[in-house]
Amino acid sequence: MFPKKISAIKFEVLSPQEVRRMSVTKLVTPETYDDDGFPVEGGLMDTRLGVIDPGLKCKTCGGKAGECSGHFGHIELAAPVIHVGYAKIIARLLTGTCRECGRILLKDERRDKFIREIERLKSLGQSYEEVLKEVFRLTKAVKKCPHCGAEQLEIKFEKPTSFFEVIDPEVKEEEKLTPKDVRERLEKIPNEDLLAFGLDPKAVRPEWLVLTVLPVPPVTVRPSIILETGQRSEDDLTHKLVDIIRINQRFIENREAGAPQQILEDLWELLQYHVTTYLDNEVSGIPPARHRSGRPLKTLAQRLKGKDGRFRGSLSGKRVNFSARTVISPDPCISISEVGVPEEIARELTVPIFVTPNNIEIAKQIILRGEHPKASYVVRADGKKIRIIDTNKEELAEKLEPGWIVERELTDGDIVLFNRQPSLHRMSIMAHYVRVLPYKTFRLNPAVCPPYNADFDGDEMNLHVPQSLEAQAEAKMLMAVQEHILSPRFGGPIIGGIHDHVTGLYLLTRGNKEFSKEEALEFLRSVDVSEIPAKDKYTGKEIFSLILPKISIKFKAEVCQGCEVCKEENCENDAYVVVENGQLLKGTIDEKAVGAFKGIIIDEIMRKFGAMATKKFIDDMTKLAIGVISRLGFTIGIDDEDIPREAAQQIEETIAEAEKRVEELIKAYREGNLEPMPGRSIEETLELRIMQELGRARDRAGKIAGRYLGMDNSAVIMAVSGARGSMLNLTQMAACIGQQSVRGERLTRGYAYTHRTTSHFKPHDLGAKARGFVRNSYKSGLSPIEFFFHAAGGREGLVDTAVRTSQSGYLQRRMINALQDLKVEYDGTVREQTSGVIVQFKYGEDGVDPRKSFRGKAVDVKRIIKEVLGEVKE
Amino acid sequence: MKVSLQDHVLVPKHEILKESEVEELLKLLGVSKEQLPKIKAMDPIVKEIGAKPGDIVKITRKSHTAEFSVFYRLVVE
Repeated sequence: MFPKKISAIKFEVLSPQEVRRMSVTKLVTPETYDDDGFPVEGGLMDTRLGVIDPGLKCKTCGGKAGECSGHFGHIELAAPVIHVGYAKIIARLLTGTCRECGRILLKDERRDKFIREIERLKSLGQSYEEVLKEVFRLTKAVKKCPHCGAEQLEIKFEKPTSFFEVIDPEVKEEEKLTPKDVRERLEKIPNEDLLAFGLDPKAVRPEWLVLTVLPVPPVTVRPSIILETGQRSEDDLTHKLVDIIRINQRFIENREAGAPQQILEDLWELLQYHVTTYLDNEVSGIPPARHRSGRPLKTLAQRLKGKDGRFRGSLSGKRVNFSARTVISPDPCISISEVGVPEEIARELTVPIFVTPNNIEIAKQIILRGEHPKASYVVRADGKKIRIIDTNKEELAEKLEPGWIVERELTDGDIVLFNRQPSLHRMSIMAHYVRVLPYKTFRLNPAVCPPYNADFDGDEMNLHVPQSLEAQAEAKMLMAVQEHILSPRFGGPIIGGIHDHVTGLYLLTRGNKEFSKEEALEFLRSVDVSEIPAKDKYTGKEIFSLILPKISIKFKAEVCQGCEVCKEENCENDAYVVVENGQLLKGTIDEKAVGAFKGIIIDEIMRKFGAMATKKFIDDMTKLAIGVISRLGFTIGIDDEDIPREAAQQIEETIAEAEKRVEELIKAYREGNLEPMPGRSIEETLELRIMQELGRARDRAGKIAGRYLGMDNSAVIMAVSGARGSMLNLTQMAACIGQQSVRGERLTRGYAYTHRTTSHFKPHDLGAKARGFVRNSYKSGLSPIEFFFHAAGGREGLVDTAVRTSQSGYLQRRMINALQDLKVEYDGTVREQTSGVIVQFKYGEDGVDPRKSFRGKAVDVKRIIKEVLGEVKE
Repeated sequence: MKVSLQDHVLVPKHEILKESEVEELLKLLGVSKEQLPKIKAMDPIVKEIGAKPGDIVKITRKSHTAEFSVFYRLVVE
């Protein structure tokens, strides 16, 4: 059976007749329940509106709670009130029509021109709001009705719901238009003129925009809850409706008793307020209606609006079953395509087994099982779900037949989707295979941290279990981790070695280190390598070659110093990597070779041998690296940043020299001898020169420190191999922190008009110290003033991140909403899904899938040339 | 002095598609004219090449990713 297809949705405004027609009763009493706790007839909980309490029956349809979806009632308003949501349209209509005859304040030809323009834009599916604004602008200026010749007065619209007519603009004499007056005017507007205001006469009569009857939603829409104390707590909507009815009745009573006009007007105002806040309790200009506790009420508009509203909260996003969430922690022993699932969670989540003649025996055994991967439910062919307990399992196993579904607990080898928010790109949700493990955290291989942008400082992740065979197959084929090793963002690997992986392989492959057989075996202990050549000594490069597929490639490593003329194979720094036919001949393996984001070797294996081989390589590579680093040991401590006295001396001199030069620059500036740089003022020139000078001083200090720290220093190893940190970080720890800045300038702000940053300096002091230069290192410690400057600079970084994340998050939301219906078709065009409108004739203008590109480019030209010339073997 | 907009470096090449080419294009893409991107008849470049509403303009742009990228737009009022 085909479901019915919706061809169009049209929104219209409810007419008073319509409201009465769909209403089952008129509501007149503000009381909800009587003393016995039964709903009052004619009250807001009237059982004709539907029921929510279990035992009761709906008086309209006879349905019990859950069966009857409820029926509308209505309130006859004693006096008309403006509907806040339509106030703006009403303002336009009042301004745009004659106060006497109700015709639009335009000649018929002009009106028709506008109507045609609106029709045209409508047929194109474009916004005609601009045309409506133009109509408003034109009619506002009209002083005399072109139809009946009546003088027109200016209409003043005071938000949210008041209208005034300006009788004499000179003395500001105004007359209030009551909703009744407004309604009478709107009644006079002929249907033909409505089109020019963007209203469809078939859908709406303008007088309906002023409320005379109010529909009352059924009780099921505003259910009351019973507190533990046994007290009833009504829904916010009910509270608001009670207010409306109460004032409405009071208004009627007063009018019948012949109360003075002033009192009636006040009550009318009050009624308007209650109806307004009933519809929208966040209207600007009036105080929101509050609960007794002081909390603003959540009325109709609030139910729909915003993040937790009906649209974003309940329709676009929903809560799901078969999911789990917990803290993540690392486990380098599992594969990148696995996820460690706590036993507790595995027991709770289930996978359906669809019973067939082929698997019925297995299914029976699962039902009969007593421990972990056991079945928790069976679903009979008629859809009835039965919980499996010790007492009924034999019976159920006996009755089991094809067509039933057995819900089995999650176990090793099941496929699940694993996700970390924010889900910014497709790699944020990947399919992993389950590994049931003890303890309470999800375990993941640290090599898959980059695509999820996860770390283990308390991050939590979500897990979802696909329930149909189709979903499982799709997850395995399309969403598996290894299918996402290359990122569509830049056409390179996003999964690869991080931190210790890089350090480990660096330690292994650097230079021509030799390892004994025992060491080699220990390195390879957890690696999937079954054969190693019989030898007494192995070089690190030989050991690494064992896990390398048969690729051939040459490239410069991360440790490359960027010499002017590259000596290639003869690099003294062992920074030119040569891999031939799966053998690492020269060079050091570091971030450039196996790192996430850079990983040239990973990239190469992916292109030549595909996803599975790359997955295996990453698994082996990470395990080898962990094996190496565990055996050799690798630590860093505070004394790793110790530098010898003579180095400190040299750094001191360098900085002192720089500070002296800064003083000279300032002197030159004060004497007017400073040559301005092109396009800069003298002040700017001075600032730039000083920044330059001090920046250079810090770099020089860093060089000196680096020289004394040496290449076997742990921190240096991490920095040069790209595992973690940079030489700049090291410089700041060991030598000199350098200039602090706010908005790219030296610190200049201080207490107003004093021309100094803090009171420790003389006004107008431009020297290095006075403007935030920190000459100490993190190790030597900052002086109190330096500490203050450092905090000022650090604050900027924090503010930037806070602002950036919120802004880019919102940008992303808008992008997703704008692009969600676009799809790349098989012919390479990008089309809108519903209309088939073409957006791009070739995706990205070149039709290249960035994931299949070579680092963003369509083809790796260099490589093809080399292959053709025979320089690299294919 | 008459200046041609097409001579400007930032204005890509615009040409009117011949009737036969239009048919071929629409058949190739499997779309109706209305499903193509649009360009207004009052657009200066459209005026210059003399395209009328209902015509299809072929635009050949330089592209960052591909050497050239071809685009088609339906001229509308």
